[in-house]
Amino acid sequence: MSRSRTATVPATGVYVHIPFCAARCDYCDFATWTDRAHLVDAYVDACVLDLHRRALTPVDTVFFGGGTPSLLAAPQLTAILDAIPRVADAEVTVECNPDSVDVDKLRAYVDAGVNRVSFGVQSMHAHVLLALGRTHDPDNVARAVDAARAAGVDRLNLDLIYGTPGETLDDWSTTLDAALALGPDHVSAYALTVEPGTPLGKAVAAGERVAPDDDDQATKYELADGRLATAGLPWYEVSNWARPGEECRHNLLYWHGGDYTAIGCAAHGATALADGGRRRWWNVRTPERYVDAVTTGGSTEAGDEILTATDAAGEAAVLELRTATGIKLPLPAADPSRVVSWLDDLAAAGLLERAGPIGRERVVLTRRGRLLGNEVAARLLRALEAPRATAGTQ
Amino acid sequence: MPGLERFRNFSIVAHVDHGKSTLADRILELTGAVDPRDMRAQYLDSMDLERERGITIKAQNVRLHWADHVLHLIDTPGHVDFGYEVSRSLAACEGALLLVDASQGIEAQTLANCYLALEHDLTIVAALNKIDLPAAEPDRVASEIEHVLGIPADEILRISAKTGEGVPELLDALVARVPPPTGDVDAPLQALIFDSIYDAYRGVVSSVRVFNGSIGSGARLRYVQAKENHDAEEIGVRLPVPTPVAALGPGEVGYLIAGIKDVGQARVGETVTTAAHPGEALPGYLDPKPMVFCGLYPVDGDEYAELREALEKLRLNDSSFTYEPETSGALGFGFRCGFLGLLHMEIVRERLEREYDLSLVATAPNVEYQLELVDGRVEIVDNPSAMPTPNEIASIEEPFVTVTVLTPTEYIGAIMELCQQRRGDMTRMEYLSEERVELVYVLPLAEIVMDFFDQLKSRTKGYASLDYEPLGYRASNLSKVDVLLNNVPVDAFSTIVHRDRAYAYGKRMTEKLRELIPRQLFDVPIQAAVGGRIIARETVKAKRKDVIAKCYGGDISRKRKLLERQKEGKKRMKQIGRVEVPQEAFVAALRLDD
Repeated sequence: MSRSRTATVPATGVYVHIPFCAARCDYCDFATWTDRAHLVDAYVDACVLDLHRRALTPVDTVFFGGGTPSLLAAPQLTAILDAIPRVADAEVTVECNPDSVDVDKLRAYVDAGVNRVSFGVQSMHAHVLLALGRTHDPDNVARAVDAARAAGVDRLNLDLIYGTPGETLDDWSTTLDAALALGPDHVSAYALTVEPGTPLGKAVAAGERVAPDDDDQATKYELADGRLATAGLPWYEVSNWARPGEECRHNLLYWHGGDYTAIGCAAHGATALADGGRRRWWNVRTPERYVDAVTTGGSTEAGDEILTATDAAGEAAVLELRTATGIKLPLPAADPSRVVSWLDDLAAAGLLERAGPIGRERVVLTRRGRLLGNEVAARLLRALEAPRATAGTQ
Repeated sequence: MPGLERFRNFSIVAHVDHGKSTLADRILELTGAVDPRDMRAQYLDSMDLERERGITIKAQNVRLHWADHVLHLIDTPGHVDFGYEVSRSLAACEGALLLVDASQGIEAQTLANCYLALEHDLTIVAALNKIDLPAAEPDRVASEIEHVLGIPADEILRISAKTGEGVPELLDALVARVPPPTGDVDAPLQALIFDSIYDAYRGVVSSVRVFNGSIGSGARLRYVQAKENHDAEEIGVRLPVPTPVAALGPGEVGYLIAGIKDVGQARVGETVTTAAHPGEALPGYLDPKPMVFCGLYPVDGDEYAELREALEKLRLNDSSFTYEPETSGALGFGFRCGFLGLLHMEIVRERLEREYDLSLVATAPNVEYQLELVDGRVEIVDNPSAMPTPNEIASIEEPFVTVTVLTPTEYIGAIMELCQQRRGDMTRMEYLSEERVELVYVLPLAEIVMDFFDQLKSRTKGYASLDYEPLGYRASNLSKVDVLLNNVPVDAFSTIVHRDRAYAYGKRMTEKLRELIPRQLFDVPIQAAVGGRIIARETVKAKRKDVIAKCYGGDISRKRKLLERQKEGKKRMKQIGRVEVPQEAFVAALRLDD
């Protein structure tokens, strides 16, 4: 199995979920709590114990997500990281809130093995941040980036959000410029998505706030894609841009069928099965239940699903389709002619293009195709299906 | 067996809500026909739909005993669509009980049915109901009845079907005033079928009135119009519990079961006689003729077979609607159905949905057009999408009806405005009293089938009543409006309207569809056209973004499920040219009205 550093398929990873935040953002639907500071020590202990019990073979990537992992004091993060066996050049990413880091903490993180930091920037405009329910001051971002550099963090990602109602095209353009001025090697830019149950979702449902506009988001996506590529960060996944070689290996693992272990509450893991299928599983949702499960020696899993080899292949195609490497031809279709028409139709519509030499051809989304990725993927799943009589015919 | 002079056969003629079913309940109680413990409201309305809507769809009959006499009460359908059925019920009677709500006055259909009863030489016994209500104005309503029907006001009884007040006196009056039937028991059998229902266990159960001769169990019967012979399996009377009898003689009313599987073989108006000694057909038989048409489609295309089966079964019960298979690009496989009228259409559709658990969509109702083509041929069109192109058509005729509206005088203006909007010509206006007026209009039937009843009701707060009868075909300036999606006509939305209304229809439909049709990968023009001329246009702009932003470890299952749903949704899409439209969008466009 390849363990190379190039941005191909990493074999294994660990995702650690840190479900604590200082404040909750209006759009966030992740499992996170703002009133559980008293649980952090027990939670960290549980993660460490869980990891010891799993006795993992060394992994290629580690990702601390949240929540706000940077709320962890350096010794807490170190304790968890020390419990994760890693290959020599493992990628270790921590998501950080620009408000909750300083040079000392980041230096301690680096000492513990962290080599990549992802800052939640979202916007460089206070009124947009306010609309998102974010608390940080845009000026903190530059300070946080300086601190990361000073602490010796090699690799830096900035997370951005576009299409917030009230954000003008100019707001977005200047956010992109300001972000690029900080010299990140990686940018993730997400269209603001209204999730049901979040404060934003409730406000939209109640008619108190307007929903983001798809057309506005499409325009902003196009702007970002052009601006980032020009700055030397071409896209490598629908919402991710990086300097070549600086792609997030942990994320690539999600999209290219790697195995990953879930540590912490609400975390998801995935394991390849011998028959070509896939098992995906997820942990209990709350930190209390996670701590309880680990300390009583029970299973941390809340549920799982088993994908057959066929379903797993369909899912893999759909995930790879989101990436710049695209999907390899030919596809494992029950009726290859259906895939051919899928490809021809969507290529004619300007959503797909073929890339690579004959014999090793791949299908890659165009910019317009990326924006319509769900449509393309749903049609792909349909094309991969065995043909069936259509409804209504007798 | 009492002699003929002891029989009294009568129908109740009343408007919806004037208390007919309540009166029938009281009569059943008073005459001891129904044990009080078994009594339930609207006893004779057996269908849920009848109880809910407060209307009688099927004629019922019951044999009652009162003061040494045998009364046959025949409950008639209470709606304009069933005028023919009403006429057959009346033909089975010698008398009619006119029941009028003392707080409202006589209504248009009641009046029409009364005229029908008078044409059949029936004796009318009038009664004012609901005299217990504070709003009752029995004197005013009595003088109104005297004015329009010539029934002396002092002969009009006053009752409360609710409390039972005056009901015994009413029964006495029926016995005293309605003449007994006449007939010759030795003559060849002549029995009139005035209703047939289909029973899953017994087959067709017909309600019959014997005029001459006698009908005996086991007899070989001849159904004159159907030209079929059947054996009388069971003959009986409804007390109201069906009770077999050996025979029914002249003047008697009862039921007949003859092993028939299809009500079309035992239609309303049919004459039953014996195969051995056939009698003449009774007068007045008519083949039911559909007046209103629409396409009925299952919302879920997989339910087509179930719909066909349901139509077959329902037709066993109701031979007056027609259906034939039809295919629509927008709606898939369905049926073009013909109905006696708008209510009949609603009833059939509701019964299909309810009794057969189907979810249906109906295209806009239309009438039958007579076309003269430029080459001289004549064509009948009952489906707008089958209409030839304008340059092939020399002239179009559409059915017209005479509409009678009875209304409190304060709504005259509102009704005149409505009728004028609907291309109506007033032919008569007559004051029935100081407060009430009769308006008679000639209107195209097509204008009535749209939403005329609803409009009339809302503009008159429900006080106006309406009756109509066919007047024949007349030439009209009509246009077929097509709706095109990405330049492909969508058959389900083709319609035929008066030329002046084409633009309004086209604009409304294109706007509606623009809202309902999901954005595609390309711009989709939606156009309304008359002939080759575009009269309205909207555009569904191409979809630009649908991709979900985040797809990491925890999002993958959710994303896969979302895409699976989207994929399944695609299977249910109707393909109109290159445009994919969920059938629900078409359904919603047809359902939303204004």
